[in-house]
Amino acid sequence: MSDLESFRSETRAWLEAQCPPALRGRGGSELEGVWGGRKFDWGGHADQKLWLERCAGRGFTAPTWPRAYGGGDLAPEQAKVLAEELRRIKAPPAVIGFGLTMIGPTLLAFGSEEQKLEHLPRIARAEIRWCQGYSEPGAGSDLAGLQTRAVLDGDHYVINGTKVWTSSADEADWIFALVRTDPNAKKQEGITFILIDMLTPGVSVRPIKLISGSSPFCETHFENVRVPKQNVVHKVNAGWTVAKALLGHERTMVAEAFGAGGGAGGKRGTLSERAKHHLGNENGRLADPILRDQLAQLELDTRAFALTMQRAKDAARAGHQPGPESSIFKVYGTEVNMRRQELLVRIAGPQALGWEGPGFDPEELATTRDWLRSRGNSIEGGTSEVQRNVIAKHVLGLPD
Amino acid sequence: MDLVLSEDQELIAKTTADFVKRKSPIARVRELRDTNDPVGFSRALWNEMAELGWVGIAFPESVGGAGLGFAELAVVLEELGRTLAPEPFLSTVLLAGQALLLAGDEAQAAAWLPRVCKGEAILALAHQEARSRYDLSAVETRAEQAGAGFRLTGEKIQVLDGHVADAIVVVARTAGGPGEAKGLTLFLVPKGAAGLTLTRQARVDGRNAALVRLDGVSVGADAVIGARDAGHELLTRVVDRATLGLSAEMLGGMQQAFALTLEHLKHRMQFGVPIGSFQALKHRAANVFIELELAKSAVMASARAVDTDAPDFAKLVSLTKARCSDAYVLAANEGVQMFGGVGMTDEYDIGFYMKRARAAELTFGDAAFHRARWATLSGY
Repeated sequence: MSDLESFRSETRAWLEAQCPPALRGRGGSELEGVWGGRKFDWGGHADQKLWLERCAGRGFTAPTWPRAYGGGDLAPEQAKVLAEELRRIKAPPAVIGFGLTMIGPTLLAFGSEEQKLEHLPRIARAEIRWCQGYSEPGAGSDLAGLQTRAVLDGDHYVINGTKVWTSSADEADWIFALVRTDPNAKKQEGITFILIDMLTPGVSVRPIKLISGSSPFCETHFENVRVPKQNVVHKVNAGWTVAKALLGHERTMVAEAFGAGGGAGGKRGTLSERAKHHLGNENGRLADPILRDQLAQLELDTRAFALTMQRAKDAARAGHQPGPESSIFKVYGTEVNMRRQELLVRIAGPQALGWEGPGFDPEELATTRDWLRSRGNSIEGGTSEVQRNVIAKHVLGLPD
Repeated sequence: MDLVLSEDQELIAKTTADFVKRKSPIARVRELRDTNDPVGFSRALWNEMAELGWVGIAFPESVGGAGLGFAELAVVLEELGRTLAPEPFLSTVLLAGQALLLAGDEAQAAAWLPRVCKGEAILALAHQEARSRYDLSAVETRAEQAGAGFRLTGEKIQVLDGHVADAIVVVARTAGGPGEAKGLTLFLVPKGAAGLTLTRQARVDGRNAALVRLDGVSVGADAVIGARDAGHELLTRVVDRATLGLSAEMLGGMQQAFALTLEHLKHRMQFGVPIGSFQALKHRAANVFIELELAKSAVMASARAVDTDAPDFAKLVSLTKARCSDAYVLAANEGVQMFGGVGMTDEYDIGFYMKRARAAELTFGDAAFHRARWATLSGY
């Protein structure tokens, strides 16, 4: 038996013994995982708590991170086996969030040894929940135009300013933020990447309500917030480099989320099942020929996108550098999802008009809210327009 | 199978690309058109392609092929498609050749496939009629029993490379009426048969085609390919494979049209700057790029689906043809627009791609046809 196969059988046996039976079959969707953190109420989540402790103990929450930082020290192919075995029993991830997907990999690449030892194990054990402080009211697509100031005062930076679209800031414990440390430098060159404990005096959070009725987004204010200078990641005024690396992780995460959601309408049945329910059949075909065509187009878009994601993965496994195809993931993945939500609304017809209350079933109400929420997909995490600029400049080589 | 080229496939791509660069520039297509060449392609180049192993690349070694697969054939077709090479891959290898490979008896296969692989025989498939559009069962041509053999009567349109074919595979009705899937039979008709008239047609994209008239053409029982009356299923498999081949060729063409357009965007100066610096054009170029990447993934997936005999091959073919049809037309239309006035002149090559994009779209079913087929195959 090869080393990899013996790892597989060990892992399978361990999962059989350690994954609480109540959780099995609930995985497959990121949404089933818990975010953890200091404020998370574990009451009613005994199984998840047990599952988290066991996974963290074995290094399985951050499988490829070094053991010293709370990881499992697994090689990439072992991590792939672990993911396959988790999928096999449909176990939910023990913990999810920006710690594992965004700040963790960034600290591994850019953090000091002290920062890695302080933060990574707490991410792997879901003790700290992170949020992202990038955008500002005056800095959206022009992220480098950010104005939040950090001024050195002894051993501390004093931070003043406002961050917006800070997802789940009201539930997070720490924030990684971009701040301006040199207002006189060229705008990309005066930015520093810094880690801030949300409990520090002067930090305040206000939730933002979206057109879909609610949202995880917040506005976060900093008023004379004193942050130890050793919380700077990488070098002072070199935060733009760190920020761009982290955006790469973010876009991969977004694309994976939309790529995985392709084809099916999630819990509410496949698209064609829902279309049959709302539109009816005539001679084995959807009764509305126009919507039938639009549904087929959407399925083709979704499948072609999934095949392109697969192509990028297969190329990476074969040892190739990331090809130009990966530049389309964010823009196309989000726009397909938006078309999907619009089509679902058209398929549901007048039943998609409910906001709440009687006369609409939960599926229909969710269709409405999901459509509204999806309108942000082409704005958040780099607008489609910015993505197309990036493709034009960096992939196609078109002039400025 | 992984959606990535193996080292061997990379090598085939590179060899073909070098060949295309040296011997098959698009100027050759222009010259064949302008001189009204009676063959419409180069027999010498076709022989070279056979010697290089490309013509027989996906045929088994037992009939003189290289024993590789459609993944390799697609790589060759993509490169040849970049300059619209007019050699008869579609007719000889992908249509009639696949019919003989999939259903021909030993004698038929032995008589023709080794010669195909050597570049010695050109074949054609006559299935389309004036009223059939993309419906493979809409066949009016009749095959009436005459002794042990048959007499074929009818007219076929746009038979690719029919004007120079050494033999033509004819789809005719042995039972039932137009629109019925059951009752179709494929027959192998050699050139020169009494009552067979071939009239060359002129198409907008310059692709070689002919009208095929059958006035009581007599063939023996040994002319039947596959099972009598069960030709629809065979024809569907054959046309699916040819559709994939055409899509691979389209992928090459759309990439080349886009490459020409990008060069123009970088060098054409207006208002004192290259027009490629305008965001209105940048975003449109990015949209074309996205569609090309998606089309590429689809072609690679369907080619591998033939080689692995995947159960969803028919769906993947429809996915691929729908995407390639839309993407090629988009790339070519945007190309002409971005070239501006010169894009409308015959002197510039971009117009060749626009004509081919439209012709390829309307061959073997356009995007709407394939979306409808996808829906049917998906059960809605």
